Amino acid sequence: MDRYRTQQIGFAVMSLSAIVVVAPIMIVIGIVLVEGARAISWGFIFSMPYEGMKEGGIFPAIVGTLILTVGTAVAAIPVGVAGTVYLAEYAGDTWITRAIRLAIVNLAGIPSIVYGLFGLGMFVLFLHMGTSILAGVLTLAIMTLPVIMSTSEEALRAVPMEFRTVSASLGGTRWQAVRYIVLPQALPGIITGIILGILRAAGETAPILFTVAAFYLPRLPQTPFDQVMALPYHLYVISTQVPAMPIRVQYGTALVLLFIVLSMNVAATALRSYFRRRRQW
Amino acid sequence: MWQNWALSLYNKIFGKFPGTGSSETAGKSWAEFFIESVIRVFGFSTIGFVLLIFLFLLKEGLPALWEVAPGNLFGTRWYPTFNMFGTLPLILGSAYVTIAAIVIALPLGVTTAVFVREVAPQWAREILKPLIEVLAGIPSVVLGFFGMHVIAPMLRSALGVPTGLSAFTGAVILAYMSLPTIISVAEDALDSVPKSYRDAALAMGATRWQTIWRVTVPAARSGVAMAVMLGMGRAIGETMAVMMVTGNAARMPLSAGSLFMPVRTMTATVAAEMGEVANGSVHYHTLFGIGIILFILTFMINILAASAIFKKQRKGGLR
Repeated sequence: MDRYRTQQIGFAVMSLSAIVVVAPIMIVIGIVLVEGARAISWGFIFSMPYEGMKEGGIFPAIVGTLILTVGTAVAAIPVGVAGTVYLAEYAGDTWITRAIRLAIVNLAGIPSIVYGLFGLGMFVLFLHMGTSILAGVLTLAIMTLPVIMSTSEEALRAVPMEFRTVSASLGGTRWQAVRYIVLPQALPGIITGIILGILRAAGETAPILFTVAAFYLPRLPQTPFDQVMALPYHLYVISTQVPAMPIRVQYGTALVLLFIVLSMNVAATALRSYFRRRRQW
Repeated sequence: MWQNWALSLYNKIFGKFPGTGSSETAGKSWAEFFIESVIRVFGFSTIGFVLLIFLFLLKEGLPALWEVAPGNLFGTRWYPTFNMFGTLPLILGSAYVTIAAIVIALPLGVTTAVFVREVAPQWAREILKPLIEVLAGIPSVVLGFFGMHVIAPMLRSALGVPTGLSAFTGAVILAYMSLPTIISVAEDALDSVPKSYRDAALAMGATRWQTIWRVTVPAARSGVAMAVMLGMGRAIGETMAVMMVTGNAARMPLSAGSLFMPVRTMTATVAAEMGEVANGSVHYHTLFGIGIILFILTFMINILAASAIFKKQRKGGLR
């Protein structure tokens, strides 16, 4: 009987630890939501900041983050998807393939600040792009590649082998099988991977610190060679660098950032589970 | 000899030309050949990116080795304005915060993973897993902001210390940031323990609790170790949250009491100072040098983790 007592206590401790893991997440989101909601208004989202950013809105930071996110997607999707197709459909089990997988694992593990250093060294200085949208987007794109590739590889591998065999038996080439059968079937999974990748780009601060982010800009960017303000950097700046910043504005900025990132996260998860349930095979 | 090798490498990268009569290329057009070449090149590009990153870190960071005397570079004082570039307090600061974070995250993460995988009823699993995914998605700057405004003041009043911005605050935030990694990798490890192990233990009269801790978890221990490694990699490299909550004083964290004092990590140093240094200065090179250290550390952690994965794949896993 005694060991069942142990089991009861043990299970109780385990559920307690799960609560300790999960409760703070809800507390963080809850506090940011409640405190931030007070700042949110039409003007906060759609107007320019003034009075040393203490008044007005965060419109340029929101636009900046959207530009960076879309730019990252444009730069990362072709390379990421094509690279995944190679890994899942073409590559055999050779030392090169293993090296590619190792490279992906490593890209995923490189600290974000090191991406920032790399972007500064290569894009900003060596390629003379300056602190610009272009430099920031390229840095972020390389950072998102491993996320896109590992998620979409799973999606491609989930497509049953028989589909490819049938295509080949009808005289299709390997590319035709990929183009007309595997890619369409794996598309939802690939899109999930892309969303997960660019949401990371939307929320990261360290890689854009020295490559694109601006402290304050009086107008919106005009060309890819301009700097932009970005939400995560803006939150960092107003919470640490600007003295006497109203706490309301800080929470408001945190809420907008959290909303953008989490809604992408939810979209990705929902998409994945929706298509997993609808899948015929 | 090398020509053959070069040719086979070329074939691997660009594929075989169409019309060479080999069965692999039958029915293939030049357009397909072109597309497939592009796909291959993009496939290989990831290797290129890792090399490029390392190359640029070396290019900008290595000069620090001869610009700064070794005694200075690995000394205990980091005061760049006075030409003191002792990286030791920063390295120890990173190590201190990371280890403290893992001490918090390891028991929490492993028990949660076991709970989710082995014990929790379906409804609890369906709440826990998405929430943990949400945690992985919260931007680090938001967690840092939360740490500054909520956790630090709480700690300050609870412990009666002069500032709540300390190694401990950083460790708590880092622990939560590495939890999603630890939990998901540990879950995978538990997943790959064969069901027959559990059945055998239960059939011999063990309780579920005994089965879990004496059979399932020990069988998954290499995977759990990997989870901890990857969690550590995540914690070492984390920048913004750590910079915002650790107080950033470059002092040597040598005693247990340092836990509640400010520390400064490598990542926070780079993030805070790179914006203000002149390109090409000694300080600039040293910050890139710190980048090299970070790169090599995370590289080693990931190689270890990846080799464990590859070994498992080759053996066909535990399944």
